[in-house]
Amino acid sequence: MAEVQFRFRADEPVADPAVTVDAFGDQTNAAAVRLEPGDDARDLLPHLERLQLVEVNFPVFGDGRGYSSARILREAGYSGELRAVGEVLVDQIAAMRRCGFDAFAPDLPLDPGDAEAAFSRFTQVYQPAADGHAPIWQLRHG
Amino acid sequence: MYKYDTYDQQQVNARVEEFRDQVRRRLEGHITEDQFKPLRLMNGLYLQLHAYMLRVAVPYGTLSGAQMRMLGHIADKYDRGYGHFTTRQNIQYNWIKLEDAPDILADLASVEMHAIQTSGNCIRNTTSDQYAGAVADEVVDPRPYAELIRQWSTFHPEFSFLPRKFKMAVIASDTDRAAMRLHDIGIRIVRNEAGELGAAFYVGGGMGRTPMIAPCIREWVPIDQMITYSEACLRVYNRYGRRDNKYKARIKILVHELGKDEYARQVEEEFAHLLTLSIEPPLAELERIKAQFADPPFESGLSDDLDRSDPDFALWIDANCLPHKRPGYIAATISLKPVGGIPGDASADQIRLMGDLAERYSFDECRVTHAQNVVLPHVRKADLFALWQQLDAAGLATANLDQIGDIIACPGLDYCSLANARSIPVAQKISQRLAGKARDIGELKLKISGCINACGHHHAGHIGILGVDKKGVENYQLLLGGCEGADTSLGQITGPGFDEDGIVDAVETATGVYLSNRQGTERFIDTYRRIGMAPFKEAIYG
Repeated sequence: MAEVQFRFRADEPVADPAVTVDAFGDQTNAAAVRLEPGDDARDLLPHLERLQLVEVNFPVFGDGRGYSSARILREAGYSGELRAVGEVLVDQIAAMRRCGFDAFAPDLPLDPGDAEAAFSRFTQVYQPAADGHAPIWQLRHG
Repeated sequence: MYKYDTYDQQQVNARVEEFRDQVRRRLEGHITEDQFKPLRLMNGLYLQLHAYMLRVAVPYGTLSGAQMRMLGHIADKYDRGYGHFTTRQNIQYNWIKLEDAPDILADLASVEMHAIQTSGNCIRNTTSDQYAGAVADEVVDPRPYAELIRQWSTFHPEFSFLPRKFKMAVIASDTDRAAMRLHDIGIRIVRNEAGELGAAFYVGGGMGRTPMIAPCIREWVPIDQMITYSEACLRVYNRYGRRDNKYKARIKILVHELGKDEYARQVEEEFAHLLTLSIEPPLAELERIKAQFADPPFESGLSDDLDRSDPDFALWIDANCLPHKRPGYIAATISLKPVGGIPGDASADQIRLMGDLAERYSFDECRVTHAQNVVLPHVRKADLFALWQQLDAAGLATANLDQIGDIIACPGLDYCSLANARSIPVAQKISQRLAGKARDIGELKLKISGCINACGHHHAGHIGILGVDKKGVENYQLLLGGCEGADTSLGQITGPGFDEDGIVDAVETATGVYLSNRQGTERFIDTYRRIGMAPFKEAIYG
């Protein structure tokens, strides 16, 4: 299991292992779940209150379904940890952050300098997403 | 024309630095070619047969004179003195060195240009009508809506790794000059009886190996919900588009497999949800953009008279110019299809000249067309002869717009690593063979693709040619009856394919069938639709 390399939260990480979506439905105590690309994030919406960690797996970096999963959870009000795991590359983390991810556990640890540059390079954005960043149109028109 | 403000400029500047850093990491071996590939592709950099190819975005095809001159400068400095205008209103360079690419992007950024999302599985450059703002038949100028989409789609965090590439087109007239229904999303801006503007959404069109004409999934989206509805269309696609087979990954397959009603239903659900999130830019932003596409300061009281005493000039007017919405003006198309030339190619000098002429004669504006030509949209008729003389002196006055020599062709096996067959030599031979008859034949759109991916739009050609590999030998299939525009249709294959000389003969034979059967002012496509495939087949194979 890859280590969490970046975490943008102040609370204590949950210790529970993440279970599959199927197992999560059966285990009324589970607080951590792992979403695969083919899983429907909306299946989790009735259970958001007991969820503290959602891992979204990127088995290959080119499969972008996890970005939608992340936004759907944040749009529904999920405020627990949202962790990107799997083939998470330095050139994807800024977009992931915008979609609501606040923790990153890449299979291969990222170069810290490259990652810092990636997180901070685009200070302005054209569209609202799940990171609360005011879009450029809002800056233009107040 | 749209001018960047500091926000827009900051975005492209940041992208240049990001890409410079990505190239450095690649050259230093920190990332593998597999990991680098999607990054360079999202900046329009392809690895072709002989070198890197860089595709530069020309949003909705619109360029200023200074931007055009920069494209000429890049052709000289970093390429072999040529640029190639593409079917997506962009320009690409075929001989680029990887280490130069960041500097090229920096040069582009200095004139408010970029190569963002000109490739990759993301939302590509948005295309539009090349005569926008110049013709009388449009409801409004469609480009402000395309610019709104450009900004929304640029670095969209959720839609950077879609199942496959995603192309959008926006038009605003009944006459579709942008092949709108052959896009992943085609939008037609419409006005209702109450005078309000809205967007009709056509989703799931495309060419490639499974050509489809996009069905209308919603006839009316209020204009201040257009971005939200687009986001809903994309989210459904990102979640449910096929990822198991790259040839079935385009949205057309999803719409086809679900059925347009079920796809539309899922979009409606997502749309209702997204409307609660206030992701739509305010109308004030649309108005800000619209103000930049206001009409240039046209003069009034100009004469519509043209001195047609030079016969070559008169021919060029009739073939290449389109009536303008304002008296005394005309829209002139510069054909990049000289007889025997490479469709869409222009030399650095020609590109710079087109920039100069746009500045001098067309309110500093020109347009790239999806048929790989360049339009000067607003020329005073009083200036037209002087303009034509300068074009003629530079080899840019070929009078063949929409004729058989105005061929759309992909780069083919001369450049492209995906191609099965060469497209360019076939285009050159057909153009030479039929040059003498072209004017008599009249409108005949001929389109050539060097492989099944259909970059040369062969499905939509009145005559289409598809290059295939037949046991290691280049072979060409002939299609008849394709058409883009308001009466979009897909071409049908005539029968067995031909070698290079055979396909040229077959095209000539098809034009002969047309000429001996046409009635009145029928175009080739009209005659084909009336008499059907049989007489053509008989003449070609009989």
